[in-house]
Amino acid sequence: MAGGRSDARAAVAQTKVQGMTHDHDHGHGSHGHDHDHDHDHDHGDPHAPQKDHDAGPMTGYEVLEGALRRLLVEKGVLTEKEIAAQIDLMDSRSAALGAKVIARAWVDPRFKARLLQDYRAALAEVGIDIGHVAEFKVVENTADVHNVIVCTLCSCYPKMLLGIPPAWYKSLAYRSRTVIDPRGVLVEFGVKIPAKQQVRVHDSTADLRYIVLPARPAGTEGWSEEQLAALVTRDCMIGTAVPAVAARETASA
Amino acid sequence: MTPERKTLVRDDAGGRAVHDVGGLDFGPIDRSEHDLALWEKRVDAMMILLFAPGRATFRVDAMRRVIEDYGQQCYDRTEYYEKWVRAMRNLLVEQEVVSRAEIEAAMRAVADEARRNGRPVGPLDIPW
Amino acid sequence: MNAMDQAQRTHARFSAGDAVKIDDRPALGHCRTPWYLRGHVGVVAEVLGKFRDPERLAYHRPGLPALILYKVRFRQKDIWPQYSGPAADTLEADIYEPWLAAAPTPAPRSRKRKSKA
Repeated sequence: MAGGRSDARAAVAQTKVQGMTHDHDHGHGSHGHDHDHDHDHDHGDPHAPQKDHDAGPMTGYEVLEGALRRLLVEKGVLTEKEIAAQIDLMDSRSAALGAKVIARAWVDPRFKARLLQDYRAALAEVGIDIGHVAEFKVVENTADVHNVIVCTLCSCYPKMLLGIPPAWYKSLAYRSRTVIDPRGVLVEFGVKIPAKQQVRVHDSTADLRYIVLPARPAGTEGWSEEQLAALVTRDCMIGTAVPAVAARETASA
Repeated sequence: MTPERKTLVRDDAGGRAVHDVGGLDFGPIDRSEHDLALWEKRVDAMMILLFAPGRATFRVDAMRRVIEDYGQQCYDRTEYYEKWVRAMRNLLVEQEVVSRAEIEAAMRAVADEARRNGRPVGPLDIPW
Repeated sequence: MNAMDQAQRTHARFSAGDAVKIDDRPALGHCRTPWYLRGHVGVVAEVLGKFRDPERLAYHRPGLPALILYKVRFRQKDIWPQYSGPAADTLEADIYEPWLAAAPTPAPRSRKRKSKA
């Protein structure tokens, strides 16, 4: 469910990027605030807009978010605390977490087998709970097959493992082209798959979220899990990159 | 801050629904990345909380259905979380958790507060 | 998949390896069968299990009895007339059973297909 940008919206977005100097990591969990009582203003709210953030006018959509949150809290449907906790949870999910899982699968064949057959049990072994929203499926890159993931109908993505997806994954351009011209898309990302290796596109049309288990690069024998995890980027788990040991092979962009 | 009124024509769309874009041509992929704004993270968080089995205010399938009913111009020209916050609003009203009047009043209050804090506020009208 | 779904004894119509054709009936409301696959023939790669019907969940219905979901594999050259990649390239999509019908074993690639452009 992504959209293209008009020039005006792109300008606002650029302002937003410039206004943000760091990640939104306020340590929400350490605030002792309880938002069950009435506030006329936001100074007690750990998530009140800060000076350097959200530069530029507040859009109607941002106002709507504030209005819905206020109403849902007033009606006891949600609390500010649990919204903050959920933000923290999502912030804690990232490619680094996924990379840890991939590296474990590379060094431990039984873990890899579990990951492919019963991923929840495998993730639980490394302390990861992906919650209730979706099921995952891990697809393995081999010498014969390179997998790439897309959701043409919306933007389904394993975000409870990898965090929020990049904007390009949600874009109309990626969603529309990856199914019809995956090799062209991969070249744009600097990945050239040899003709003898099959490219397999997975369109996440139902409730399964797909994760690519990239192939372990040659020349990594005896590496620690930490060293291996450092090779695995987010794009490796989407299929728009492959882990590389030396300088990354890039097609001319 | 009105978006410019470009006509976005999709070739070969045929009888497809607006969101069903596999195989169409939208040009090159913009790979630039940026952090989500705080309000977008909050939309994301509220959605996930509202989907929770204990709550099950509505399912993600209902959110998708609402988004798929947006007209093409709106679909193509809004950002991801703009689509989702609008769908959340519509479903909360559909499920009678909040009313339109309450939303409109709360939006005015949030906008007034922002202006008092020195932040300009754009137009509040978001199509239903 | 929840316990309720697992307890239901619905049998899958298709098994891995079966050739299936994607229906091209008009969708009524929410639909998770992409336009570009309608009318095409693929092969069941995997039976994924039982899931609630999204077309009903979208309208606050329980979506039961749960439907069988299939991972269906297509040859890219069968789906896209102008596909420029190798013949071995494939695409897989997750399709709900009501959108599938039995198809004859996939024909040789020279057979003409109805264009869905």
